[in-house]
Amino acid sequence: MSAVVADAVPVGGVGRRSVGWWGLVTLIATEAALFAYLLFAYYYILVQFGPAWFPERSPSLKLALPNTIVLLISSATIRWAERGMRRGARGMALGGIALTFLLGLAFLIVQLFEWKAKPYSLRSGSYGSLYFTITGFHMAHVTAGLVALLLLFVWCLKGYFDTRRHVPLLIGAAYWHFVDVVWLAVFFTFYLLPRLW
Amino acid sequence: MSTLDAHVIEPAPSSGVLEKIWATPPGILGWLASVDHKSIGKRYLVTAFLFLAAGGIEALVMRAQLARPDQHVVTPDQYNQLFSMHGMTMIFLYALPVLSGFSNYLWPLLFGARDMAFPRLNAASYWMYVAAGLFTYAGFAMGAGANDGWFNYAPNSERDFNPGLNIDFYALGMIFLGVSTTVGAINFVVTFFRMRAPGMSIEKVPIMTWGTLTASAANILVIPAVSVAFFLLWLDRQYGTHFFDVAGGGQPLLWQHLFWMFGHPWVYAVVLPAIGMTSEGLQTLCRRPLVCFEAVALATVATMVLGFGVWVHHMFATGLPALALSFFSGASIIIAVPSALAVFAWIATIWTGRPIITTAFLYFASVIVLFVIGGVSGFMTASVPVDWQLTDTYFVVAHLHYVLIGINLFAVAGGIYHWFPKMTGRLLDERFGRWTFWTMFVGFNLAFLPMHVTGLLGMPRRVYTYASGFGWDTLNLVTSLGSLVFAAGVLMLVIAVLRGLRNGAPAGANPWDAPTLEWSVPSPPPTYNFLEIPIVASRYPLWERTIDHGAARSRLRTELRLEAGRETLATSALDADIDLVMKMPGDTLAPLVLTIGMALAFVGLLLHLAWLTIAAALVTLAALVAWLWPQRELAQIAGAPR
Repeated sequence: MSAVVADAVPVGGVGRRSVGWWGLVTLIATEAALFAYLLFAYYYILVQFGPAWFPERSPSLKLALPNTIVLLISSATIRWAERGMRRGARGMALGGIALTFLLGLAFLIVQLFEWKAKPYSLRSGSYGSLYFTITGFHMAHVTAGLVALLLLFVWCLKGYFDTRRHVPLLIGAAYWHFVDVVWLAVFFTFYLLPRLW
Repeated sequence: MSTLDAHVIEPAPSSGVLEKIWATPPGILGWLASVDHKSIGKRYLVTAFLFLAAGGIEALVMRAQLARPDQHVVTPDQYNQLFSMHGMTMIFLYALPVLSGFSNYLWPLLFGARDMAFPRLNAASYWMYVAAGLFTYAGFAMGAGANDGWFNYAPNSERDFNPGLNIDFYALGMIFLGVSTTVGAINFVVTFFRMRAPGMSIEKVPIMTWGTLTASAANILVIPAVSVAFFLLWLDRQYGTHFFDVAGGGQPLLWQHLFWMFGHPWVYAVVLPAIGMTSEGLQTLCRRPLVCFEAVALATVATMVLGFGVWVHHMFATGLPALALSFFSGASIIIAVPSALAVFAWIATIWTGRPIITTAFLYFASVIVLFVIGGVSGFMTASVPVDWQLTDTYFVVAHLHYVLIGINLFAVAGGIYHWFPKMTGRLLDERFGRWTFWTMFVGFNLAFLPMHVTGLLGMPRRVYTYASGFGWDTLNLVTSLGSLVFAAGVLMLVIAVLRGLRNGAPAGANPWDAPTLEWSVPSPPPTYNFLEIPIVASRYPLWERTIDHGAARSRLRTELRLEAGRETLATSALDADIDLVMKMPGDTLAPLVLTIGMALAFVGLLLHLAWLTIAAALVTLAALVAWLWPQRELAQIAGAPR
């Protein structure tokens, strides 16, 4: 390789210039479309039947609202981990990842209780089918995020990342934010809309 | 620094160092682990042609059944499976994959790169395509192939009306194939924006890549619609949900919306890359730059943007409100404008150029004719009252075959004649090529032109047989005979390729005096593609001396040798300034293991074997973790140089 290229240009993925980051952006595009179509199915049927379709006009927020807050906090903690990594504070990064993982896990567990508390089921009608399928899809994405966080934690622990090279953390964090944003759409659709209509 | 201009083609000295770095080791394991885009591209092409043969045989059996009235060559149930598998095979397992084959092979060569952005993902995309294809065909082999038409309307595809595993094979197979297509599309989009040679700014990108880029961007957004539709249908069938059944508060029409939100953009996805190949081939063989290059590129994108808003024209007969019909009818008529733009640009290119009538040229020129016929019949059915008369008749069947065979298969055949010399270093026989072309062209029109009349006379599509006396008898016989001639033409194409592989004349690097970078490297290209990454200064790097491009001079011999491991350049998205030296992954079995894991998981879902699904999901996960694990040689670990 010539000196011209060697001096100025980084080798391998660095930050948002990395090709992997572009891969993630396109992945998020297709995943966002996936949830858009799922929600389209919900709104399409809602428009056909009107509010009579809602099995309950004021679904309980007792678990769902705190759980939403848990997920939002987890977005902040993963951001904190990123900041730590940029500064070279590995403890901060590890702590942030671990905290995010625990918050995500808590969200999943609370979701299971929430599922149990619902007065309808997957088979009771189209509303229940949509509720459990859409929240189930979201939980599957949270689970994938947890696996990613676990890997990031191990890689961070093994010292694979430094202030300059930590593209996987950028990617994992962005994916996690995306999963949180999707939840906000799901939460609005199933918990707020029946009250507002 | 060399001062050689790009148009001076001299055999680049081969590099032993690069050869060693990029070579795939011999043996079956090396073959299974290869991530070379050229191998993957060729595999895509061969596999797609095998599926074309399968779908073609299905069509011939149907034409035997329909050749005369009141025949019983197959049973009605077999006939249902034949037309469903035929449609599914041609549209999903042939039409897009064959174009992905060309794009996979050609893109890095067109862009001056050494591989696609994600080589392992590329391999995974191919394996998943094969596995998903085998999955759906396993159902067919067991007598449980898709049997509700390729668009599989609910509620007829619900379990009450369609018990058996037929639709489940189809549903899960399509979800599986959707993963393959999506990751392939992601790879194309990122490759387009990041892997172009330095200097190849966005306005200098070869015209043919715009089609695949547009199709891929669309696929990223629309594949989830069909995956969701099939998944919800599968839940309805297997787990008692109520998405599409009215009794449980569902909506059968939801299926049609989700399917066509995907389906119509998909129709463009399987023609736009072929349109790109046609543009590229025609300008080369007419010895002049494509007329209205920018407009054609923008029209490609515009077609797809409009293509997102026309899906309801498949649903004109479902009783939707008149306002919705008017809107979608208008959009479907307007979409003719960008399509026509490409047609006029091609005609002007031929008119003002100096065409060299090769077999490839004949195929590309025939695309124009068939596109116009298919376009006009499409334009007709965009009108709601006309559609009400013609929907679900053979007129629509004729229309879609003109579009799909006319713009896809004829462009693909042209592409084979045009790029086979690059892929193999050998030319195809031109004399036999003419015979092949005319056999295909005559056979195709003999089969499908009369079919318009069959439809106008009211013959519904997908009927198992028909009584004599409707005026359909002769037309159907002609169509059946034409389909035999057409099939013979396709067989001749395969024979031409096999003969070319054995004893085609040596091609040299640039037999067509073509302008783009893939022709600057030897045929077939070395494993590393480019000895040195070229620096591009114009749209037609190899034509800079023959057409007026001012002082622009691209350079093929540069200092960008990049031989410290598998390396290529990543450049900025619009200006193509050098951004990174990319460390490219070597051969690995991870994509194949991942695919096997996924395939077994789908089998587990199909047969309700929870243990198999879970075990297979763990295999998939393990392959993914091994794949993603940071590697020092890919500069993914702290402290890697620079």
